[in-house]
Amino acid sequence: MTNHWIDLKNADAILAIGCNPAENHPISMKWIEAAMDNGGKLLAVDPRFTRTGSKADHYAQIRPGTDIAFLGGMINFALQNNMIHEEYVREYTNASFIVNEKYDFNEGIFCAFDDQEKTYDPKAWAYAVDGSGNPKRDKSLKDPRCVFQQLKKHYSRYTVDMVCSITGTKKEDYVAVAKAFCSTGRADKAGTILYAMGITQSTHGTQNVRATAMLQMLLGNIGIAGGGVNALRGESNVQGSSDYGLLFHLLPGYLKSPEFDNVDLKAYLEKWTPKTKDTKSANWWGNTPKYTVSLLKAWYGDNATAENGFCYDYLPKRSGNYSFMKLMEKMGKGELQGLVCMGQNPAVGGPDSLKTREALGKLDWLVTVDLWETETSIFWKRPGVNPKDIKTEVFMLPAASSVEKEGSISNSGRWAQWRYKAAEPVGDAKSDLWIIDQFAKHMKKAYQKGGTFPEPITKLSWNYGEGHEPEVHLVAKEINGYFTKDMTIVDKDKTLEFKKGDQVPMFKYLQDDGSTVSGCWIYCGSYTKDGNQMARRDATDPTGLGMFPKWSWCWPVNRRIIYNRASVNPDGAPFNPKRAVIAWDALEKKWKGDVPDGPWPPMNDAKEGKYPFIMIPEGHGRLYALDMKDGPFPEHYEPIESPAKNLMSKVQSNPAVKAPANMSSDLNKYPFVGTTYRMTEHWQAGAMTRSLPWLVELVPTMFVEISQTLASSKGINNGDQVKITTERGSIEAKALVTTRLKPFNVQGKMVEQVGLPWHFGYAGLATGDSGNVLTPSVGCANTSIPEFKAFLCNIEKGGKRA
Amino acid sequence: MAVSRREFLQGGALATALVLSGKKAEAGGADASQMRTKGLKSSTTICPFCAVGCGLVVHTKNGKIVNIEGDTQHPINQGALCSKGSALFQVANNERRLQKVMYRAPGSDKFEEKSWDWALERIGQKMKETRDKTFKAKEINKKDNKEYVVNRTEGMAFLGGAGLDNEECYLWSKFARSMGVANLEHQARI
Repeated sequence: MTNHWIDLKNADAILAIGCNPAENHPISMKWIEAAMDNGGKLLAVDPRFTRTGSKADHYAQIRPGTDIAFLGGMINFALQNNMIHEEYVREYTNASFIVNEKYDFNEGIFCAFDDQEKTYDPKAWAYAVDGSGNPKRDKSLKDPRCVFQQLKKHYSRYTVDMVCSITGTKKEDYVAVAKAFCSTGRADKAGTILYAMGITQSTHGTQNVRATAMLQMLLGNIGIAGGGVNALRGESNVQGSSDYGLLFHLLPGYLKSPEFDNVDLKAYLEKWTPKTKDTKSANWWGNTPKYTVSLLKAWYGDNATAENGFCYDYLPKRSGNYSFMKLMEKMGKGELQGLVCMGQNPAVGGPDSLKTREALGKLDWLVTVDLWETETSIFWKRPGVNPKDIKTEVFMLPAASSVEKEGSISNSGRWAQWRYKAAEPVGDAKSDLWIIDQFAKHMKKAYQKGGTFPEPITKLSWNYGEGHEPEVHLVAKEINGYFTKDMTIVDKDKTLEFKKGDQVPMFKYLQDDGSTVSGCWIYCGSYTKDGNQMARRDATDPTGLGMFPKWSWCWPVNRRIIYNRASVNPDGAPFNPKRAVIAWDALEKKWKGDVPDGPWPPMNDAKEGKYPFIMIPEGHGRLYALDMKDGPFPEHYEPIESPAKNLMSKVQSNPAVKAPANMSSDLNKYPFVGTTYRMTEHWQAGAMTRSLPWLVELVPTMFVEISQTLASSKGINNGDQVKITTERGSIEAKALVTTRLKPFNVQGKMVEQVGLPWHFGYAGLATGDSGNVLTPSVGCANTSIPEFKAFLCNIEKGGKRA
Repeated sequence: MAVSRREFLQGGALATALVLSGKKAEAGGADASQMRTKGLKSSTTICPFCAVGCGLVVHTKNGKIVNIEGDTQHPINQGALCSKGSALFQVANNERRLQKVMYRAPGSDKFEEKSWDWALERIGQKMKETRDKTFKAKEINKKDNKEYVVNRTEGMAFLGGAGLDNEECYLWSKFARSMGVANLEHQARI
C-alpha cells in the first residue's frame, strides 16, 4: 500500500476493484465505513455481488479479466470530462515528456514486437532527449508526441459504450462509478483505489495495476491522505517476505538478484543503478551501491572486502525465469531433486494442481515446515495414488505458531509490528528461526569438511548468539544495520559521530565502502540506538489523520504515506490544507507532518528542490512506462480462456504471453466463465483454518456458487453435488445457488459464471476438492502470477470427478 | 480459565441485563474484562491471517494459553476481530497441530516419528548431496555463446515465507542464496 489501513477513513471515494475487503480484510471495513460516515462513497467493481458490493454506494458488475477496459474507460472519462488534477499531472507525472519518433501503436500491438519470440524491445518506447541528455518536455501538454496527447489518443477508444460491451457492465452502473470516482480529481478531494488478486492474477496483471496507478495520477490521488494505490495483501507477512527478497528476481530491499551477465560487483551495480542527468531528480535508486554493499557486508562480514568485491561472486546468478510456475514445470520434468516448503502448500495454492501433485513425486526429497499436515506433506498418500509408487523421501517438521515465538511482521500498510512469545511451542515444534538456524549450522559444519565450492557457506556470517534459540534481536539489529568502524558523517549543518558497532539511524547513512552493514536497507531505522522501534505502542495521532507515527514502525523511514511530496504543490503548500500530510514551513525551513519523501525543500526551490516521484530516475510518475514487457500503456486483451472476441483490436490475448497446451476456449465444451476467490472463514490453501473447529463449523465444505438462472437451466438445486470441469481436470463440490452471481452480457449473449473458493484440499479436519485443480498454468507477462481469476469451465449435476 | 459454555452464557446474560439496566457491564459479572483475565499473564501479538495487522492480547496461565482476544488499544482494529482472528485461540490449542518430527521413507505408506537430531542430520545430507551434485559453476549462454560464472544450485528449490516473521524471512533469504539457490519463491508470486 502507498498508504495504510486507517488512512482509508480520509477518502471521499473508495474504489474497490478486484478485491473484497468486507470478506477478506474484514477489519478494514471499520475505516471504509468511517469514510462513508463522513460522506465518502464506496464503489465496488467485481464479477460477483460480494459482501463489499452489498455495502457499496454503487456496485458495478465486471466480467473477469476485463479490468483494463474498465479502468481505461475511467481514464478516458476523466480526460474527456476535464476531471483531472491538471497541475499535478503537468508537474508531477511524465505527461509533458516527449516520446521518441519510433513509438507507435497499431491494431492492438505496440511497436518493436518480435512475433517469433513474443517479446517487445522496450528501448523503442524511450523518451526523446535534448542535447544534454534529458527527456524533452512540453509543459503545455499540446505537443502531439507528448505522453499526455498519446495517452489521450490511446484511451479515446475506451468509450463508455465500448467498455461496457467488453466488461458486461450496465451502462448506468459504469457511469455512476466513473463519475463518483473521477470527481476526486480536485485538490480538495481524495480517492483511494483498493485492489487485490482480482487485479493481479491475470495475464495482464501488472498492466491492470498500472491502470489503477495511472488513473490515480491523473486525479492527483497519489501521496495524499485518503488516496493512493493500495494492494490489500492477503497473508500476514507477505509484505515482509517480499521486502526480504524471497522471490527469484530479488534480494532483500527490492535489490535485483544478479543475472548471469552481471559478471562482477561493478557490472552488477552498473546494470542496476539507474542514472539521470537532471539535478532536480532525486533518483533514489542511485543509492543502489550503498545498499548492495551493506547487504553483502551483512552476509559475509569481515570476509567481504573491497578487494574481493564484497564476496559478490558467492551469490547465485540467474539465467531466465524461476518463478513458481516454472519451478513446478521443472519439478514435473524431474529436474529438481529437493524442495523445502516453509509454510507454503503448493499442492493446493498453485494452478493446475493435479500436475503439481504429480510433480512432487518426481522429487528425491521434500521438507515441509508447517503447523499442520498439509496436502503437500501428505501428497504421497493422496486419494487415488499408491504410496508404493512414490519414491520421495518426506520430512514433515513441526513449526511453532505465531504466539509461540518472537519477531516482527509487516502489514499491508508497511507497518512492521513486533509480536511476543506467549507460550512454548506445542510438543517438539520449533520456530522457523530455529529451524533455519539449524539448517545453516549443519551446512556450515558439513562444508568445513569439503564439498563443491564451499566458501559461500563456510564464509557466511552467521552470529546469532550461543543459546539454543537464535537471538531474534540480533537478527533484527543486523537487518537494521550497524557501523563496522568509527565514523564521522557530516550531514548538512550537523556532524555526527558513530562508534564501531553503533546501529545506523537511517538508510541515508549507509555506505558503499564496507563501513556499514544492513541486511535490508528499507528496514534501516527499525532498530536503532533507541531500541526496537517496531515494538512501539504509543497511540498518539498528532495530525488526526490516523498516521500514528509512534505506533510500531513503518518502512521507509517511518513514512506513513509514500510519495507524500506529491501531496503539496511545487511550493510545498498542501493541495488540501484540511488533510495535510506534509507542509513546508518556509520560516523554519523544514517539513511538518509525516516524514517527507526526502529531506529537500519543495520542488520549486531553485537550488535543492526535487521532483516528488523519487524512486523513478526522471522523478515523475509514469503515465507512460518504459520498462514493461507488454507495452507502455495498458491495453485491453481478453484472458487466455475467454468467451469473448476482443472488441478493442484483432489481438485476442496479451501478445507477450505464451500459453500452455492444456487451455481451451471451446465454448461447446466449456461454456461458462470460472473464477476463484477467498472467504472470511477460511484462509489461503486452508491449512491454517480447515483444522479449527470453530471455522469448520461455519464453512464445512467445498462449494461452488452459481446463479439461479444457471441452476435452473442445469436442473441443479441448492446443496446438490455437482461436477466442474476444465481442460485441466474436474472436481466435485456442493452447489450454492445465490442471487449474488448473475450472468454477464457478452456482446449481447448472456454467459454464466461459476465461482469457486480455492481453500480446500484433502488434508485437515474439513476436506474438499481444490479449486486450483481447474485453474490454468499461465501467467502475467511481467510477473508470471497465474491467471486464476478468469478461465472457462463446464458444470454438471451429479457426476464424479475424472 | 475454564469457563463452561453454560457459565459463559450466564455471564453473557448478566452482562446484557446490566446493559439494559443502564449500569456499566464492566462493573461486574463473569464477562467483565478484568474479571475474565484476572491473575493471567498477558502479551500482545499481531494476527497471523490477513495483512490488516490487527492486534490481539494473549492470556496465559501457568505457561498455557487460555484466552486470546482483540487488543482494544490497537489503533487499527481497536479490539475488533473477524472470524479468523477470533479463532486464533484454536491455532494455539489444537489436537491436530504437529507435535513431532515425522519421516516418510521412499515408497512407505506411513509416517514414522523421528528426533530433530536425526532429521536435521539427514536433511543436511540431502541438501549437501543435491548442492554438490547439481551445482553449476559456469554455463555457456545460448545467445552469445560466451561462458559465464553462475554459481547456482540447480536441483533444489525453496518455497514459502509469507507466514514467517521478518527476521525468519531474512535468514531464509540469506541461507538460500548462500546455498546457491536461485529457485527461491513464495506466495507473493501466486
